Amino acid sequence: MDFQQPQSWLEAVQTKAAHPDAAPIQGGTDVMVELNFDHRRPDVLLDLTGVAELAEWSEDGDQVRIGAGVTYTRLIQDLGGRLPGLALASRTVGSPQIRNRGTVGGNLGTGSPAGDCHPALLAAYAVVEVESVRGTREIPVDEFFTGVKRTALEPDELIKSVLVRPPAGPQQFSKIGTRNAMVIAVAAFGLALHPDRRSVGTGIGSAAPTPRRARAAEDALAGELSAAGLWDSRADIPDRLAERFADLVGQAADPIDDVRGTAAYRRHALRVMARRALGWAWTDYQRAA
Amino acid sequence: MRITCSVNGEPREVDDVWPGESLLFVLRERMGLPGSKNACEQGECGSCSIFLDGVLVCACLVAAGQAEGRDVRTVEGMAGPEPDDLHPVQRAFVETGAVQCGFCTPGLVVATVDLLARDPDPSDAEIREALAGNVCRCTGYESILDAVRLAAARGREATA
Repeated sequence: MDFQQPQSWLEAVQTKAAHPDAAPIQGGTDVMVELNFDHRRPDVLLDLTGVAELAEWSEDGDQVRIGAGVTYTRLIQDLGGRLPGLALASRTVGSPQIRNRGTVGGNLGTGSPAGDCHPALLAAYAVVEVESVRGTREIPVDEFFTGVKRTALEPDELIKSVLVRPPAGPQQFSKIGTRNAMVIAVAAFGLALHPDRRSVGTGIGSAAPTPRRARAAEDALAGELSAAGLWDSRADIPDRLAERFADLVGQAADPIDDVRGTAAYRRHALRVMARRALGWAWTDYQRAA
Repeated sequence: MRITCSVNGEPREVDDVWPGESLLFVLRERMGLPGSKNACEQGECGSCSIFLDGVLVCACLVAAGQAEGRDVRTVEGMAGPEPDDLHPVQRAFVETGAVQCGFCTPGLVVATVDLLARDPDPSDAEIREALAGNVCRCTGYESILDAVRLAAARGREATA
């Protein structure tokens, strides 16, 4: 096995072009597990921790550009105020040791249906910026996941950053597991209210082959909020609307039975999390008036 | 490949490292530093907790090559050179009996040193959160909490 350690982004992209089968590694929280357990033997390990700019985030117009190597700890410390949904999700990742190493880019690259960032990024309409020697592509995050641990990345491409717009409304994140720390989600749900666009963003985790949005639930809720003038009045959401939203979120999932939980439990849990998240978010929205 | 890094303040160099092996393997099997324990090899148990450039990490999840040129501190670097020259956190673990089989103890000591460096007066909830990635199967954790509280209290007295 060859170990490549580029010291610049250009060098990293060129190395990936020369070795399309190279396994990129950042914090190692996924890749090293596969190596330690002999599940994977890539010919080339492409260590991206030498590329300093990947570990930076910056303001870019009305968006925040998060380098693929920014750790969960940094997301929580630096961006908790600007990107609350992503920070909430980051706080549920593993343990301090894991949050110190794991990165948003690595989470995307692994593309697990259970990745903790994904529901928050989906709900926030985030965009993944990928690059190769052929050029740059911006991929909406809901088009990024193509199957179980499969993504829209081409073999010569690397994830460079994630673009997230700081929200105009409240965001929430909820995750079910067997304890508060160190768990892979049994099911997870992200919610963002976008009052500026009169729209709702959602993200479902661990309850379908890929992380996915619950589009019918988003449209139904946003439509009803507009029709009833609730975006402006900020009056309480009728119970039947919250129930309908929760049901549609549950229906949008496509869960399986596995060691962590049954499909029926996951669907039920999603309904409960959707309803709760909406309650929390709407209370935040009312208080912000 | 050759790996050159600083371990507990001393420059170290090892040859014939397989690029896919973990820093934990390098420390234990190539540098003779078995304090960091090898258990889950997937970041779940925290027994291999070390500092990499001052950041608390699981050594089993660091590729050996990623340690090139970096500063590594292991549990062996916590105590002073004299036999009874324990780190205050180690002393607190001994005095409160926060040890049974002892396998998780090095990782817990390192994670506690990290916690108290960030927060000299943690609440119980903060201690539990900070040590959530360190698994102990013997003690029931209560004596470990006692140890952290004792080390924190002494740390505050020392700086008062």
